[in-house]
Amino acid sequence: MQLSGGEILIQFLKDEGVEFVFGYPGGAVLHIYDALFRQEDVKHILVRHEQGATHAADGYARATGKPGVVLVTSGPGATNAVTGIATAHLDSIPMVVITGQVSTPLIGSDAFQEVDAIGITRPCVKHNFLVKDVKDLATTLKKAFYVATTGRPGPVVVDIPKDVTDPGIKIEYEYPQTVAMRSYHPTVKGHPGQVKKAAELILSARRPMIYSGGGVVLSRASAELTDFVRQLGYPITSTLMGLGAYPSTDQKFLGMLGMHGTYEANMGMHECDVLIAVGARFDDRVTGDTRKFCPNARIIHIDIDPSSISKNIRVDIPIVGDIKDVLNDITAAFKELKQKPDSEALASWWKQLERWRSKQCLKYDRNSDLIKPQYVIEKLYEVTKGEAFVTSDVGQHQMFAAQFYPFDKPNRWINSGGLGTMGFGLPAAIGVQLGHPGADVACVTGEASIQMCIQELSTALQYRTPVKVVNLNNRYMGMVRQWQEFFYDSRYSQSYMDTLPDFIKLAESYGHVGMRIEKPADVEAALREAFAMKDRTVFMDFITDRTENVYPMIVAGKGHNEMHLAPECLMDNPDDRELA
Amino acid sequence: MSMRHIISVLMENESGALSRVAGLFSARGYNIESLTVAPTEDGSLSRMTLVTQGSEEIVEQITKQLNKLVDVVKLADISDGTHIERELMLIKLRAQGDSARSEIKRMVDIFRARVIDVSDDTFTVELTGSGDKLDAFIKAVDTGFIMETVRSGATGISRGSKSLQV
Ligand SMILES: Cc1cc2nc3c(=O)[nH]c(=O)nc-3n(C[C@H](O)[C@H](O)[C@H](O)COP(=O)(O)OP(=O)(O)OC[C@H]3O[C@@H](n4cnc5c(N)ncnc54)[C@H](O)[C@@H]3O)c2cc1C
Ligand SMILES: Cc1ncc(C[n+]2csc(CCOP(=O)(O)OP(=O)(O)O)c2C)c(N)n1
Ligand SMILES: [Mg+2]
Repeated sequence: MQLSGGEILIQFLKDEGVEFVFGYPGGAVLHIYDALFRQEDVKHILVRHEQGATHAADGYARATGKPGVVLVTSGPGATNAVTGIATAHLDSIPMVVITGQVSTPLIGSDAFQEVDAIGITRPCVKHNFLVKDVKDLATTLKKAFYVATTGRPGPVVVDIPKDVTDPGIKIEYEYPQTVAMRSYHPTVKGHPGQVKKAAELILSARRPMIYSGGGVVLSRASAELTDFVRQLGYPITSTLMGLGAYPSTDQKFLGMLGMHGTYEANMGMHECDVLIAVGARFDDRVTGDTRKFCPNARIIHIDIDPSSISKNIRVDIPIVGDIKDVLNDITAAFKELKQKPDSEALASWWKQLERWRSKQCLKYDRNSDLIKPQYVIEKLYEVTKGEAFVTSDVGQHQMFAAQFYPFDKPNRWINSGGLGTMGFGLPAAIGVQLGHPGADVACVTGEASIQMCIQELSTALQYRTPVKVVNLNNRYMGMVRQWQEFFYDSRYSQSYMDTLPDFIKLAESYGHVGMRIEKPADVEAALREAFAMKDRTVFMDFITDRTENVYPMIVAGKGHNEMHLAPECLMDNPDDRELA
Repeated sequence: MSMRHIISVLMENESGALSRVAGLFSARGYNIESLTVAPTEDGSLSRMTLVTQGSEEIVEQITKQLNKLVDVVKLADISDGTHIERELMLIKLRAQGDSARSEIKRMVDIFRARVIDVSDDTFTVELTGSGDKLDAFIKAVDTGFIMETVRSGATGISRGSKSLQV
């Protein structure tokens, strides 16, 4: 087939099985947009801001497991995409971002809309490529998809100068079936010796703890993890990124750990004697003060990226490999060992864990006249029967969603954990809905976050993605306000806005349905009404208690056993509330 | 304990490759004492030698992070085993008058260096060896003589049959 560079790009995407391209046109990509116009297989989703394109592609990727694809122009198109690229990078999300570039003879001349996209994105991509010759285009794209989706996934940028897509230059195109890269070979199989050592240590544990993370979702290893936990009967906790990989409603699940994790999960971490880390990267929001981290535990760490291992916390038995393979191998190793877990020790460990759980650390005031954000999430869970895809923005609402919506399936909880990008939730929800057209998709957000990518309401109308926006409107940048309350004597410096838009009118002007909910008694009915509108985007503006805080909380420099607890939770001794 | 490490890297000979390494070191706050790079006998590969300083943990992270770069084909911390380290220095010295000229020649002999360029009032000297040896030479000649020095940064290779190859 004789094709131009622009046509090769589109034909390649089709051959690669790409359904959607999230993008925004401009001078440097006009040849590509023209090739796009002349076909119907690859659907283009026109966003309203390039940041929205990257988050939508990212949401699509997180919910479907397929790579998200983005197409933006040079200069400001590329720079607007950077926040979304960095967001995907920190959470290891597979994405291919195609940026237009000025023509090769102009590169380096400060040409119109020229930026060094390769240089700007280098620190926040898994890899990037500049294509200088149309003959290299197809193979480079193949490499980009391969690198983005294998090993530890991540975003890959392909920068394509305008002359490379020139419609006047046609060359022979054939879809590259295979890819050869001598410098890139992710390890999948765990080392057998390490696997055996890990199996022995796991079976000898008296107070075990499984700490699972986003790697389980990325490895699609939920079934293997669930089997692993069930056969051992060990307790499991998860990071923010791993929620849903193990069923949250199961009794073995202790809830999220870390800064806003549960009392039982964090105390369990502190007291465990063997820690089994599965696809989690010992982030500082999880470890608290590293000197106080799991003081009594020997640690096993399974991760596909060697650089995640012993980066923040030294571990005793590292296993580099894919979780799916490694968990299967450990299970096989159990069968060869005669040893069984010590059931007496385990029973007394569970007794202790249940004592911690009985404190009900997530308890909140249910008799308030004000809408409690936690209550909205609980009702959201009920109304959607726990089956919704939930995206979120960043702040208190994000933590409430993580704590009060128990996900039983992976790929349903879609949030920016590593970068913590406000503005992520709405475009991500649009991407999720495109990937799962019939599903309930909710975007849990706050009145500050939603305004960072509010323009995507327009995209939601154009593509009829009936996402439901759950705005927990506390008239504060609540997470910032909470820190100012705790650490700055309640000096609320710039953490509220004097003017907020009328979100109902705003939603209506974008062609959607708007609702304002001001009383706890109206919460459930509003949610039911909204979710019954299967083909409409609905913006629910919940006016919530503006003073609510997220508990438990581990503040800087503290260990897992030193949490701030909610006033409502059931401590025997009131002093226990401030374990610090 | 902070130790000096010499890391040899084989990488794709691509235009952006060097900036990926330099960017990695600055972004993660790793220290670089020197860095040299040039193509190998296989023109598609470059060999880089990086000298860095750090604790066991930091150097472990450095090698892992370097290995993670998609352009890096292979690497070795050659200071893990016995190895040979060499650096090249070119040094231009003011050489006016017989006594200065003979003094410099004496130094050149002692250090087994070579004079590679001569003018009426200068000598340019070439010297290879370990960094310490080059330092010693600089110290030995009168600072008043030195007009210009240029050093390549350290390169190195393992002893014996061990080799870094694709
Ligand atoms: C306001 C706010 C508050 C937060 N509070 C908390 C909190 O209380 N608790 C909390 O947990 N987080 C919290 N976070 C999130 C936190 O910042 C980190 O994003 C999160 O803890 C990282 O999760 P993870 O360790 O699962 O790693 P991820 O970022 O999900 O990384 C996945 C790991 O798995 C590995 N991996 C990937 N694929 C595979 C595979 N196939 N096989 C094997 N390994 C693989 C990767 O190499 C990586 O090491 C908060 C974020 C925000 C914005
Ligand atoms: C782009 C960006 N800017 C700033 C921040 C810092 N930040 C974290 S949470 C937060 C407040 C969020 O307010 P809101 O969306 O109303 O959520 P709430 O905490 O009130 O639930 C801010 C400003 C951020 N995470 N992202
Ligand atoms: Mg708010």
